[in-house]
Parts: sequence; structure tokens; C-alpha cells
Amino acid sequence: MADSVLIKGGSALLEPGRLTQADVLVADGVIRRAGKGVRSQAARVIDASGCVVAPGLVDIHAHLREPGMEYKEDVASGSRAAVCGGYTTVFCMPNTEPAIDNASVAEYVFDRGVDEGLCMILPHGAITVGRAGEVLAPMGEMGKCRAGVKGFSDDGSPLVDAEIMRRAMEYARTMGALIISHSEERSLSADGQMNEGYYSTFLGLRGIPPESEEIAVFRDIRLAEKTGARLHLAHLSTAGSVALVRDARRRGMEVTCEVTPHHFSLDESALMDYDTNLKMNPPLRSRADIEALLEGLSDGTIDAIATDHAPHAPHEKETEFDVAEFGVVGLETCLGLVMSRLVEPGVLSLEDALGKLTAVPAHIMEMERFGYRARLEEGEPADIVVFDPSAEWTVDPRTFKSRSRNTPYAGWGLKGKVTHTLFRGTVVVADGELVGAPETATLPARDEASTASTARAEGTKAKG
Amino acid sequence: MGNDHRHLLAIADLGREDIIRLLDSARSFAEVSARPVKKVPALRGHTIVNLFLEPSTRTRMSFELAAKRLSADVMNFSTSTSSLSKGESLKDTGKTIVAMGVDAVVIRHKSAGAPRALTGWVDCSVVNAGDGMHEHPTQALLDLFTMRERLGGLEGLKVAIVGDIDHSRVARSNILALGKVGAEVLLVAPRSLLPEKVEEMGARVTGSMDEALAWCDVLYLLRIQMERVAESRFPSLREYTLEYGLTQTRWSRLERKPLVMHPGPMNRGVEIASVVADEVESVITGQVSAGVAVRMAVLFELLGGGHGG
Repeated sequence: MADSVLIKGGSALLEPGRLTQADVLVADGVIRRAGKGVRSQAARVIDASGCVVAPGLVDIHAHLREPGMEYKEDVASGSRAAVCGGYTTVFCMPNTEPAIDNASVAEYVFDRGVDEGLCMILPHGAITVGRAGEVLAPMGEMGKCRAGVKGFSDDGSPLVDAEIMRRAMEYARTMGALIISHSEERSLSADGQMNEGYYSTFLGLRGIPPESEEIAVFRDIRLAEKTGARLHLAHLSTAGSVALVRDARRRGMEVTCEVTPHHFSLDESALMDYDTNLKMNPPLRSRADIEALLEGLSDGTIDAIATDHAPHAPHEKETEFDVAEFGVVGLETCLGLVMSRLVEPGVLSLEDALGKLTAVPAHIMEMERFGYRARLEEGEPADIVVFDPSAEWTVDPRTFKSRSRNTPYAGWGLKGKVTHTLFRGTVVVADGELVGAPETATLPARDEASTASTARAEGTKAKG
Repeated sequence: MGNDHRHLLAIADLGREDIIRLLDSARSFAEVSARPVKKVPALRGHTIVNLFLEPSTRTRMSFELAAKRLSADVMNFSTSTSSLSKGESLKDTGKTIVAMGVDAVVIRHKSAGAPRALTGWVDCSVVNAGDGMHEHPTQALLDLFTMRERLGGLEGLKVAIVGDIDHSRVARSNILALGKVGAEVLLVAPRSLLPEKVEEMGARVTGSMDEALAWCDVLYLLRIQMERVAESRFPSLREYTLEYGLTQTRWSRLERKPLVMHPGPMNRGVEIASVVADEVESVITGQVSAGVAVRMAVLFELLGGGHGG
């Protein structure tokens, strides 16, 4: 069992939307006390003065590449990157090789996370077998396995066939599952390399029109309204998409959505030098789209901030632009970008920003089902991030714990730096450095970690 | 990174003065090509590689001849397959070639931005000989050279570019180059062959060939490709010819004949009637000889150390 830790003197998010000066006492993996002037004979005291103390961040959209593409990232390196970025829960996408389209692969990925023991790794499942868009994957079995899969997505590719999406939603509704839409009308975006507009014309790169996203967003909203399925829209990037979600909400629909840091911090004009680290899907859009995303964040239309962490090896990015892979790493820069680009300019209050990084995504993924709410309350699991909101740092990809370095933010000065991350009461990051984490892939104390995590999950038995 | 050599990657990187200087320099080199002994020792001892990763005969020959007339040593690395399908990255191909001690790489590539990417991987000058749908800067320079020689000047010149603007690097480079020297550009095509917001590059747009013919001093025809029919860009070659072809009827109706240009190879009977092509052939072949002179000027400027940064 982890020793007790007292996090002292920080500004703590004791309840959603409100930061207060408070101490947080952690023991046996849970929060024992949280409030003013907590006294304790804690084995360890973390001085959090000047820092924010918040629930560990929850990323509902990352690509950890395991199994199959471990040269880009694996659960071990992804976990290390996550906790250094302040994350204690990461939902990973099923576009692996093989795809996470059955309970065995889902449990494999989940167990790899437990092995690492640094944070919760929770896989999303594929909607269709092999992500091929043809045959429904076993959502029921994946939901009931110890990985407790809740969200289903063919992310990386859209589900092209509207009829299959309709049936997937109907089935997901019955299974109590969430459909996560990678919204893209491929016939409009085929061969596209960047946002369609003046810059794609100037650079001679095939464009991806905003309408390819918006048509798919509209389709999936309408299908979810028809079927009564729960729908979450991944990585919204255009003004039109935000407007469609806002309209759906006005009609009383419970659709949720997310935005990534790159879509609110960079626009298409950054591509003038053909930097492949700026190539992602959906692509960086226009200034006007960014304005709409910021408005959507501030008026609450956009629920969550997700990284879409998409690691790629150097040889997949050091190529001709149209050959390069889509995607950008994000776990280690997200908090800094949120602080620098949303909180600092006043787009979001610190409290609201934290909500979109913690309790809101946890709720979207119904983490309550295994006793997790991403709250600093007594009796809650002690997944905690401590960060200095005013500390300035420069992004240096060489220091990333991720196996990949494909970031467009190298050299950027950001505000907001993680000092400590606690997972189930264990300090896994201290003073900004990874601690107590083995560099090797397997943790000797696997059984203990496994028991602790699976007790939280609905899973039935320990790995055999 | 850290490649301090001089490059020609895009017309977009040039100023008006750069363009005029290159055109002036090309005029002197055109004189070399008119001599009985068509060779000057300007780049003796320099090595230039033509790295042509997309099929091309004319441009490669033109660059080769330009380099040879400057007394440079030339190597040709041509393949119709992409570097990727060969299993070697452009980065490694470039590094391998440059390790042989070359001074410049002239690159033709199907991917937009490939020449710019190459400058980060090699330690020598890079010349863009056409990259995807992006730019073909030496083509635009030779086109401007031809217009200036034939019509006396470029400022205020009215140039209509007709055809598949969307897929054309020649069109993009010409739009930018003509804009920089004070010419007016009108793009003539159905909307389905125009890229988004192309007007913001500094050109007007019309769907009417007849409007363009009544207006222009220079009629620049682009090669139209059959594949675009399958892409639903226009219904058929027959309809394209009816709407946008320089047909014999259109040509004979014109009282004031514009200078007709074409980057080649021409599709006789499609964008230009065969009879008209024969009538204007001298200009089009003139473009080809101008190409050698312009490429000599470019290579000399980049490698000959004639001008400051």
C-alpha cells in the first residue's frame, strides 16, 4: 500500500468549478481528507503553495499504438508520457494492429496498463470488425470484459456507410455503449492533405473541405437522434461543426464533443513551410474556425479537451508532405497549451478548463460505473495532478517520455507545468520528473497494482 | 537543417527585381545559344544532378542542356517510380547523391513541397523543376521571358490562362510571377477546374473563353487531361473543346490575335485546333529554346556567385 501523502497549501479543485486553498491528505490510494488546515503525520508532504491541485487529467482520445505499432508508442511509453503531462486516465483508440475489436485485445491493452501501474489505460473498442466498416464488433462482450469498454469508434477512419452507423447506434444503445464519431465524409476528403482554402491552393496540396467534417457531424447527430444512441463527436475542427452541435443541444439532444489543443492553438497558415508535424486529420483550419472553437469552449458547447495524441516515428514524418502520416503527439503539451491559450487569455476560467480536462470527460465515459468521478473528495481514488499555473517552460521534444517526437510545438514557451502526479495515492511524478517508474516494460509488483486497479473496474477476475 | 546554399524553390520566394534580373541574365545566355560554339566555362568544375522522380523528358533535357552549356558536369537520376515505392526515402536518396559531392540538385517530384523538404536534408543548392500541384518556377520564368521578348514588356500585359488551373503548377507559378511584374491575369475555366480561393493569389476568374479572347494580349493554354473526366471535373473532351478550346472558328473570328502560348506537350484537337497550333508553333517552340536560356541564368545565379543574397 502506498504511504500517506499530504499535499499542502495548494489551490485545490475540491468541487467542480471552484478552487479553494486547501490541503489534501492521501492514504491507501484514496483521498482521506480534503480541506483547510489538514493535520497529519503523513509520511510525505508535498508543498503545493502557488500550485493548483486537481484531479488527474482524463484524456478521452489518445493513440497508444499497442498492439502492433510499438515502434511509435506502447502502453509503457504512453503511460509515462501521460503522467508527465498530468494525466491519470487515458482512453486509447482501437486503431491498432490487430484492432481492438474484441475482448481479448481490449483486455490485453487494459492489462498492459495495469502492468505499468502509472495510470489507468482504458481502451475504446472498434465499432466494426477490423475497423473495416462492414461487420459490427462485439460491443456487448467488450463492455463486459475486464477492460469495461464503454466507447466505440473506428477513429482514424470514418464509418462510411450510414446504414451501418445507424445499426451500430441502435445496437450500442441496447448495450449501453457510447458511439464516438470520427466525422469525415471521405468522398470529399479523399487524398486531402490540409484544410481546403487559400493556403491549400497556394501550396498545391489537396484540400480537405470543412464540409467533409460537417456533413458527417450532421449525419451522425441525426442518426443519434433517430436511434436514441449516445453520441460523442471526436476532434471537432470547424465553425460549422460547432454550430451543428449547438443546434442539436437546443433541440435537447445529449450529444457531447471534444476539441484538441492543436485545433485551437494553430491555424492552416502555419503550413507554409510544409512542416509535416503540422499534418493531422482533421487538419488545422482557418482563423475563423479557431474563433468558433474558442466560442464553443467558452459557451459550453464543447464539453471536453482531448489530445488526439498520435505518435509517429521520424521516418513517417521526414518525408514528402503527402506521404507523411497524419497526427501529432499531445499528452505532454496539452495542459501547457490549455493554460497558455485558453486560461491565460480568458477564454476559459481555470476551473472550467480543469473541468473539461477531468470531471467532464470522466462523466462522458461514465467512469462513475467503477467508482471514479475525477473529484478531490474524501473517499475518492487519489488520482491527482499538482501543477504550477504560472511556471513557464519551453517545449523540448527531446525530453518527451513518449516514444515519438512529432510535435509542432518545439521551442514554444508555455505556461503551466506539472510538478506532481499521483496515481492511486502513489507519487509517480515528483518535481516534474518521473519517479518510481521502471524503465522496463513490466513491473515486478504487478499483482498488487493489478488488484488495486481491477478492484475499481467492473472487471471480474485478475489476469490469469 | 542549416542549408545556407541558395535555392530556387518557388516564384513565391522571389521579388520583382529577382525576376527581372533573371530575365535579363537569360537574354545574355540566349545569345550564347545562338553562337556556333554554344558553351561558356561559367560553371566548369561544378556538378549538377537532375533528380527526376516523375516522368519528364522536356524539362530534364532543358536543364541538362543548360548545365552543359555552362560547362557543368551533369548526372541524371531519373525514375518513373516514387522514392517511396523504391523503398528509399527522399531524404536518403538526396543524402546519397549529395555525398558524391554535387553542387546543385534539380528536382522534379510529384509531391508538392518536396524541393523545400530536400533543402533540409542536403547540403547544396536545390532547384525546383516542378513539384506536384505547387510550382514550376523555371517554366514561369521562361514564359515571362518569351512574353517580354515577343511583346516588348510585361507591365500591364493581359494574360489569360485557360484550362485545368487546379492541377497546374505552371498556372500557380505564372499567376504569381505575372502578378509580381505588374501583368494582369485572368483564369479561364469552369469552377470545377479552379482551386479554392485562387482569386486571392491575385487573378480574376471567368468561365467564358470568348470574354477572355476579347480581352487578352497573351492566351496561355494548359494541357487538359482525360483523367479529369473520370474525376467529374468536366463532362467530356468534346465539351471541353466546345467551351474552352482554341478552335479554328474562335481563332479566325479574332480581329486582334493574342500571343498563343502552351507549356507543352499540346493536345492537338483538344485545347488547341491543329491548324491553329501550326500557325502559332513558332512561339511555342520559342518557349522551349527560352527554357534553356532561363535555366542557364538560374543555375549561374545560384552556383556562379554572380549576385549577392
